[in-house]
Order: sequence, then structure tokens, then C-alpha cells
Amino acid sequence: MATLVGFIFVLVILLIIFEMLRRRHLREKYAVLWIIIGIGVLVLVAFPQLLFWASGVLGVRVPSNLLFAMALLLLVLVCLHLSFEQSQAEDEIRVLAEEVGILRLKVQELETRGTRDESGHSSDARGGGKPPETNL
Amino acid sequence: MTPAEQAQRTLVIMPAWNESEAIGNTIREVFEFGPACDVLVVDDGSRDNTAQVARDAGALVVQLPFNMGVGGAMRTGFKYAKMHGYHQVIQVDSDGQHDPRDIKAVLDGLQDADIVIGARFADKGNYTVHGPRKWAMNVLAWTISKIAGTQLTDVTSGFRAANAKTIRQYVDHYPAEYLGDTIDSLVVAIRSGCTVRQVGVSMRERQGGTPSHDPVKAAIYLGRSAFALLFALTRKKNIPSSN
Ligand SMILES: Nc1nc2c(ncn2[C@@H]2O[C@H](COP(=O)(O)OP(=O)(O)OP(=O)(O)O)[C@@H](O)[C@H]2O)c(=O)[nH]1
Ligand SMILES: [Mg+2]
Repeated sequence: MATLVGFIFVLVILLIIFEMLRRRHLREKYAVLWIIIGIGVLVLVAFPQLLFWASGVLGVRVPSNLLFAMALLLLVLVCLHLSFEQSQAEDEIRVLAEEVGILRLKVQELETRGTRDESGHSSDARGGGKPPETNL
Repeated sequence: MTPAEQAQRTLVIMPAWNESEAIGNTIREVFEFGPACDVLVVDDGSRDNTAQVARDAGALVVQLPFNMGVGGAMRTGFKYAKMHGYHQVIQVDSDGQHDPRDIKAVLDGLQDADIVIGARFADKGNYTVHGPRKWAMNVLAWTISKIAGTQLTDVTSGFRAANAKTIRQYVDHYPAEYLGDTIDSLVVAIRSGCTVRQVGVSMRERQGGTPSHDPVKAAIYLGRSAFALLFALTRKKNIPSSN
């Protein structure tokens, strides 16, 4: 009975992950770890002997301890991955903020130059290419 | 601008990353041998002077502040095309592997399809790939041909054109994920009602710079492309917005 509940639980989680992927609420790189963990747990639920065998090989006396240890390890890995991605995202936000700041200054310079030139000829600030008309 | 002229408004989008060696020539060749068009280079955080070289060659250059991959770069290009009312776009590699003389043929294919792929046929040119990358390409081509209802032999080609309807669809949904720019974008576009056909093109040697693929990446490519295809196939449909 307990195995059946565990089995269904993991299956539901996996289905949720797939659905989120499908709807693009979750990106591939985050899903990979969860899918691997989910499939691993499914295998363990289906073949509990595997756990006993593994704890025997590794010399862990109580098989459930092996399970807890593995669960902790995987969660630490997932956390590490998230921290890594978060750091990267922060870096990218910082770069964007810098760019926006610099662009703001440039726009200001162009504006003041534009008002100064208004009496005479309007200066052509464009570079080599000719940007076509915008219709946002 | 007359309506006839306006119908011709074409944007060539070139994703570029550390491509300063080849890109200048590629752009000049596009202007020389291609149809009348604007060239937009999306420089994706290059460490060399790709942007400067491209500007000197007469292209419009968007410089992204950090690397987002080909998918992210193409998204930017499509957005630009939609904002500025281009009627057709074509993606061309900046390393010169796509022959600018073929641009016209690929664009002409848009007369009876929404997406045209310039396919690197075995009988035209001498482009070859080996090992896992080749197997992956075959499986992908076979599967996507089935969905598209037309024979496609080279679905990972980056030489592809899109009309206004497809541009709208792409802007709503163009994945920036790995491989998204080739497989996922194509499958979702088909499922959203865009039609596809292919036109044979020749593939040239890289005109300079270094290839971004190595054997290890090629092996990973097989697994990830299967994964990408699986999700692309189950993805929700989305109808292109009308403006
Ligand atoms: N914007 C952007 N462009 C990229 C990136 N990686 C590659 N590109 C460009 O995408 C095009 C294709 O890249 P290539 O490295 O030639 O890939 P390929 O043609 O599939 O493989 P090769 O046979 O090795 O040449 C080139 O124009 C590159 O400059 C990237 O991270 N960002
Ligand atoms: Mg190339």
C-alpha cells in the first residue's frame, strides 16, 4: 500500500514537471535534475531490493539511512545549481543596469545637443546604416 | 514607397559571435550578390571587434550586453523586424558558410510557404558531418518531415527565411533555449499553422574564425536534440497574433 502511494506521488510530480516544461513555465536546465531524481525514485519504489543491495555493497547498516543520505545529497546539488543560476542572473542584471545607465546618459547628451541645434540645422546623429521608420 | 517596393522589404539577420574575421566579407557579399535588403547583425557579447567590422561593412548592428546564444540573438532580430515592419526576413550565418547568391532562391520559396529552409543537400556543395551529429540530424529530419507533411532533409540548417506571419509567430514564441532556434522553433511554427518547404543550397567552408562545435558537444547534441524534439512535439499550440 505504502509503495503504491509513493509510486503515484512520484508519478504525479513527474507529470507536473513535464506539463510545466510543455507550457514553458519551467526551463529545460532546471527540469533535468528533477527528472533524473524522479526517475531514480520511481526505480527504487518499483524495486526496493535495489536499496538493500546498494546499502549492502556500500556497508550502510540501515538501508533507510542510505536513502536519507542520497536524498540530502541530491537536494544539496539542486540548491547548488539554483545558487549558481541565481548568481549568473544577478550578474546579467548588473550588466543590464550598467548599460541602461550609460544609455540614459547618451540619450541626455543627444537631447541637449538636439535642443541646441534646433535653431540651426538638425544634426544627423545616425551612423552608417539607415534605420527605417518605427511602428511600435 | 510604393506598395510593390514595400512588399520587397527584406531583412537579413546574422547572428554573430566572435566572427570578426569572416563577417565583413559576408556582409559585403550579401549586399553585392543578394537582393535589395537591410542587414542586421546581432552581436552577442563578442570579445573581438565583430560589431565594428560589421558596422564598417554597412550593416545595422545590435550589440547584446552578454551572450544569449543563437536563439536569443534571433529573437532580437525578429523583434526588430516586426517593429520596423519588414515583410520577410532571412537568417544567414556570419561565418560565410551560406552563399549569399542563394539568398534570392530561398526568399523566392516564400511565395508558397511561410518558412523556407535552405537545405544543405548532398548533391549540391560538399558539406559533410559525421557521427552522432549526423544521426541526430537524420532522425530529426525524418520526424519533422512527418509533422510538416513535406520532405525535409536538413532541419538544423540555420539558413532559413520567414514571412510576416511567421515573424509574428516567432516574436510570440521563439525559444532561446539550446537548439531552440532550429528544432523547437520550427515544430511550434508548423503546429501553429505555418507551412514549410525547403530549397537546395550549397554550403561553403567557413571563411575564417573557428567553429563553435567540438566532438564532445556533438555527442551531447544527439541526446539534447531528442529531448528538444520530444518537448516541441507536445508543446501547446499558439496562434500567431495579428499585429
Ligand atoms: N549571436 C550568436 N551567434 C552565434 C553564437 N554561436 C554561434 N553564433 C553564430 O551562428 C552562426 C553559426 O555558428 P557556427 O559556429 O558556424 O555553427 P555551424 O555553422 O552550425 O557549425 P560549423 O560547421 O562548425 O561552422 C555563425 O554566424 C556564428 O557567428 C552565439 O552564441 N550567439
Ligand atoms: Mg558555421
